[in-house]
Amino acid sequence: MGELKLMKGNEALAESAIRYGCDAYFGYPITPQSEVIEYLSEQNPYERTGMVVLQAESELAAINMVYAAGAAGKRVMTSSSSPGVCLKQEGIAYIAGAEVPCVYADVVRGGPGLGTIQPSQADYFQAVKGGGNGDYKNIVLAPASVQEMADFVALGFDLAFKYRMAVCILSDGAIGQMMEKVVLPEQKPRMTEEEIKAKYPWALTGRKRGTQHRVITSLDLDSNKMEEHNRHLQAKYKMVEENEVRYEEINCEDADYVFVAYGSSARIAQKSVQLGREQGLKLGLLRPITLFPYPTKAIENLINHGVKGFLSVELSCGQMIEDVRLACNGRVKAEHFGRVGGIIHTPEEVLEAMKKQIIGE
Amino acid sequence: MAGFKGAVSVDTERCKGCGVCVVNCPMQVLGLAKEVNGKGYNYAYMAEPDKCIGCASCGIVCPDGVISVYKVKL
Amino acid sequence: MTVEDIIKPENLVYEKSKLLTSKPFHYCPGCGHGTIHRIIAEVIEELGIDEKTIGVSPVGCSVMAYDYFDVDFIEAAHGRATACATGIKRVWPDKVVFSYQGDGDLAAIGTCETIHTCNRGENITMIFVNNGIYGMTGGQMAPTTLEGMKTATTPYGRKATLPAGAGFDGIPNNGYPLHITELIARLPGTKYVTRQAVYDPAHVRKAKAAIKKAFENQINGKSGVNFVEIVSNCNSNWKMDPVKANQWLVENMLPEYPLGDIKVDGKLVEK
Repeated sequence: MGELKLMKGNEALAESAIRYGCDAYFGYPITPQSEVIEYLSEQNPYERTGMVVLQAESELAAINMVYAAGAAGKRVMTSSSSPGVCLKQEGIAYIAGAEVPCVYADVVRGGPGLGTIQPSQADYFQAVKGGGNGDYKNIVLAPASVQEMADFVALGFDLAFKYRMAVCILSDGAIGQMMEKVVLPEQKPRMTEEEIKAKYPWALTGRKRGTQHRVITSLDLDSNKMEEHNRHLQAKYKMVEENEVRYEEINCEDADYVFVAYGSSARIAQKSVQLGREQGLKLGLLRPITLFPYPTKAIENLINHGVKGFLSVELSCGQMIEDVRLACNGRVKAEHFGRVGGIIHTPEEVLEAMKKQIIGE
Repeated sequence: MAGFKGAVSVDTERCKGCGVCVVNCPMQVLGLAKEVNGKGYNYAYMAEPDKCIGCASCGIVCPDGVISVYKVKL
Repeated sequence: MTVEDIIKPENLVYEKSKLLTSKPFHYCPGCGHGTIHRIIAEVIEELGIDEKTIGVSPVGCSVMAYDYFDVDFIEAAHGRATACATGIKRVWPDKVVFSYQGDGDLAAIGTCETIHTCNRGENITMIFVNNGIYGMTGGQMAPTTLEGMKTATTPYGRKATLPAGAGFDGIPNNGYPLHITELIARLPGTKYVTRQAVYDPAHVRKAKAAIKKAFENQINGKSGVNFVEIVSNCNSNWKMDPVKANQWLVENMLPEYPLGDIKVDGKLVEK
C-alpha cells in the first residue's frame, strides 16, 4: 500500500521519481517548477537510493546529461518550464534520433519568450508536434492532478524504455504548484548493472571483448540508411499510436456536446459539464491523457454515437483544437475557447463559450 | 658492430601519401612511390630498405596507422 | 638479410592498436586527428580498460570518431560533449569516460559546458584538439585562430580590433586567440592540465604519455578533470601540404600555445 500525503504537484513528481528507482535527475531552476530540484536536493536521494541529483549550468547541459546517461541505460529525467524547455529542444531531437529513453517534465508557463510565470497550455505544439528538428514524436502525458504528477513518472519510464523514446510529462503551473492529497508508490530498488546489461543490450556500459562496440548517435551520412532509420522511427510511432492511447470520458454516454480538455483545463471543464447538466444540457468531457498518441478514435466514436459538436478548452489561443478538428474531419463542429497570459478560465465562461460557439442559442 | 636491422610494411591501399613519415625517418629510408594506389595517392615505401633500423618513428607519426615496423638484432 | 626475412610476426615492434576498427579514417592526408586517435587507442589498450571505457565524440571533423574506436561511444550535440561525459560518469562512476573535442566545439559553442564541467571537477578525461580553425565546415575562424591568420571568415586575417582608417581604429572585431586551457587550469576542479603536440615522433611519445596520465588519474581518482590539449594541424584549411603544415605549426602555433604541463596533481606548474 502506498503512503497518503499532501503535496505540491512538483514535489509529488520528485518524490515519485526517487521511489520509482530513478537513477539521476539533471536540472536547472525555473519558475514554476523549481520545487522539483529543490525537493530532490532536500531529500538527499543519493543517500536514500543512490539517485544522482545535479544542478547543471543550463537547461542545455542538463538535457545533454540526460541524453548520455539515458544512452548508458539508466533511468534519468529532467524538468523545466517553457523557456527552459525551448533550450532543451536540441537535446530532445538528439534523444529522438538516437532512440534514448528518458522522461522530462514541462511545467508550462505563458509565452512567447519570457512571457509570464502563470499557468499556460500554449506549449502543446512544442511538446506534441515537435520542437526540435526532424520528423519525430515524443510520448506526451498530460497530468490533471497531483496524483497523476506522481503516477506518470512510473508510466513515463515504463513507456520510455518500452519504445526507447522520450516521454514528456506536460503539466502546467497550476498542476505543478497546487497542493492535493496524493498516494505515493512504495520505494522500488534501482536497477543493478547486471539487470541493465541483461535488459538493455543497446546501452553504453562498456563493450565486452569480442562483441560489437555500441554507438549511440543520431548521425548517418548515408542517405539510404537515414531514410531507413526515419521509416523505422515512424513505424515505432505508429505502434505507440496503436497501443498507448489513454483518455478519460466523463458524462459522455448520452452527451450531445463534448468539451475536450487536458490538464488543468480538464478540471475546469468538468465543472462546466456539471453546470450545463443542471441547466438541462447534455454535456460531456473527453480528457486526453496522452496527447501523443492522441485519442483520435475516441472523438470519432463520440461522433458515431451522436455527439454534435466539440469545444476544445485550452489555456492557449488554440493549439489542441487542430487535433480535435483532424479527428472530426469536418463531420461536426469543433471550436476553441481559452484564456491566455496566465488567466485561468472559469467554469461559467467555459460553459458560455460552449453555448455560444457550439450549441448556438 | 652490433646493431639492429629493421623493415616496414605499408598498407599501401590505405596510405594517403601525406609524407609525414618520410620527413620523420631519421635514416631517410622512406619515400613516396611514383605509382599510385587505388585512391590515387603516391603511397609511402622503403626507398632505401638497407638503411632501416626499425626505430618505428614512421609508425608513430603515421596519422593513418598504415605502417607496421619489424626489427631484428644483428 | 632481406626485407622478407625481417617482416615476420616474431619481429614486429610496432603496429596500429587493435582497439582501432578496420575502418579507414576519413580524415585528410596528414591530419593530426588520426595520430591522436591512434595514441588514445594505444593507451586504452595498454591500460586494459576497453571493457569499461565510454567515449564521447563531438561535432566537427571528429564527429565520427565512434567509427574508429572499438569501445562504446556516444555522439554529442555541438559543444555538449562534456555535459554528455558528465551524465555518463555520474551514473557509472566506475566506468572510464573520455570526451574528444575540437576548438570550435570545446572553446566556442561549448565554452559554458567546458568551464562548468571543469569547475565541478568531474572525474573524466578531456581531449582537446586545437588546430586554430573550423575544419568540418570549411575553414572558418575558431576561437583559437591566431591573430592575422587567414580563414574563410577572416579572409584578410584575424584582427582583434579593426585597423586604422575611416575612423574604425580600435573598434572590437574578431577578438583574441582564446587560451581556454590556461583558463580552465586555474579552476580548482581541474587536476591535470597539459598541452602537447603530435607533429613528430618525440612529441607523439610525450603526448601519449600525457594521455596515459590523464586516463590513469581518472582510474585512480575520485574527482578532478584531466585535460589534454593537443596542438594539431589542418593542412586542408591552412592550405598547405601536410609536411609544411607541421612546420607552420611549430613556427606559428607553438609560440602562441606553448607546449608542456600547465597543472599537475592539482597544482599549477611554475614557469
